[in-house]
Amino acid sequence: MKKLVAFLALTLAISAAWGDAPSTPILISADKISAGDTAWMLTSTALVLMMSIPGLALFYGGMVRKKNVLATLMQTFAIVCVVTLLWWLVGYSWAFTPGSKFLGGFSRAFFDGMTFMHDPVNKLSVSHLALTIPETVYAMFQLTFAVITPALIAGAFADRMKFSAMLVFMAAWSLLVYVPIAHMVWEPTGWLNAAGVLDYAGGTVVHINAGMAGLASCLVLGKRLGYGRERMPPHNLTLTLIGASLLWVGWFGFNAGSAGAADGRAGMAMLVTQMATAAAALGWMFAEWSSKGKPSVLGIASGAVAGLVAITPASGFVGPTPAVVIGLAAGVICFAAATSLKHLLGYDDSLDAFGVHGIGGMVGALLTGIFVSKEISGVENTVMTQFLIQLKGVAVTAIYGFVASYIILKIIDVVIGLRVTEEQEREGLDISLHGESIE
Amino acid sequence: MKLITAIIKPFKLDEVRAAVSDIGVRGLTVTEVRGFGRQRGHTEIYRGAEYVVEFVPKTKIEIAVDDALVDQLIEAIIKSAKTGKVGDGKIFVFDLEQVVRIRTGERDSSAI
Repeated sequence: MKKLVAFLALTLAISAAWGDAPSTPILISADKISAGDTAWMLTSTALVLMMSIPGLALFYGGMVRKKNVLATLMQTFAIVCVVTLLWWLVGYSWAFTPGSKFLGGFSRAFFDGMTFMHDPVNKLSVSHLALTIPETVYAMFQLTFAVITPALIAGAFADRMKFSAMLVFMAAWSLLVYVPIAHMVWEPTGWLNAAGVLDYAGGTVVHINAGMAGLASCLVLGKRLGYGRERMPPHNLTLTLIGASLLWVGWFGFNAGSAGAADGRAGMAMLVTQMATAAAALGWMFAEWSSKGKPSVLGIASGAVAGLVAITPASGFVGPTPAVVIGLAAGVICFAAATSLKHLLGYDDSLDAFGVHGIGGMVGALLTGIFVSKEISGVENTVMTQFLIQLKGVAVTAIYGFVASYIILKIIDVVIGLRVTEEQEREGLDISLHGESIE
Repeated sequence: MKLITAIIKPFKLDEVRAAVSDIGVRGLTVTEVRGFGRQRGHTEIYRGAEYVVEFVPKTKIEIAVDDALVDQLIEAIIKSAKTGKVGDGKIFVFDLEQVVRIRTGERDSSAI
């Protein structure tokens, strides 16, 4: 009864402010915008873009061989540009406007209706998902998520995919895989959102999704020439460590920015992000130290990224102590996935996009169900109920992400071919695809 | 005249340079090289993938000298480059037919 009263009071409060709580983007008076929230979300948006360029680009760029470093940097940079325009075309609209269970509508195609009108009208549009910041900022913030997700996949197929095929794959993947999953999980009319799946900042939408696409792409493409026989050590781990560090800093925008506001929840999300990342970095480092004999730079950097991935779905729902547990689990489990599982099963996930993002995302999404704090999240479900809901979210994303990616890749392979020629691969993608080299 | 080629441990270069200068050598050429000998390489591990690095980084120096200086020079290199551990390197001695100083056209002993 008490709950019902509270709910009614909340509904009334929202109704007083908004007429009815909006379920679609609307035009409001500019004075209803929060300057604090907007300032933080502008900042977060810039931070998340920095995760892709140069963060992820350097993280991956340092791990490949010298002959492929420019091609790897180029992939991330080009994906950022292509997905940006797709977001304007229809991506944002399909993801974040109400529609069916699986996809939003066309109302914001070409950002139509997303507006700001200066004095004396002084109105602007806001998303129904973030009522205190301009919709322009919300759409930009979400854009930075949409660009980094496909860029993560590139780690799985490094060193061997045609640039043209990659552009087509990323464009198709963005609209046919990322956008529907984002809608299903984050938009209130979406299927998994309505089912109660908790994904604060993208454990399913971003990481499981990209990880499964990565697994599909390294299976469809096959191994790198000479894999297992030739030396393929990272050419510059300094770049990789700088990249991992930029990812870590940028991730505060990713997770704390997912509060959509400059508030207590954003602060908690930031705190738990730091805890989980440190725990995971150490977890990977000690696991490696004890089993392989030395604590490596690549190991601690990989562990940090695994922790960032795993805390992503949990960040707005859990407290700091569970965050440490989530981080440790992610560090150790992802270490096992990247060093043992991969070699055991024999797929060539070159830079461990699946091992770190797919596995780390699953660890995080499932543990979110176990550690979700009622106090922080307001979620009332029992642990078992929520765990099963999370399992459903993980399974749907993983299966859809894998199957859809696999089909898209197969089609592209038949039509234009996915893989570079053997000669191009031997020579290196920098020279053969881009006509440049760092030597 | 002889051409002395020595493969040494990279961190010994400065000591060798000082030692050969002391006996009157007026110039030498240095190259960074890789190779293997009795010293074994090392293993690198990246996310569980192990690579054996068989070619060890070494420094190669080349010095042209008059016959009279050869033994003294070899002694100087041995003394300055030696650590007593495997991997200290080797010295090769070749006959040298001609030496020309490009700037002046001087030849042989006066060009060294």
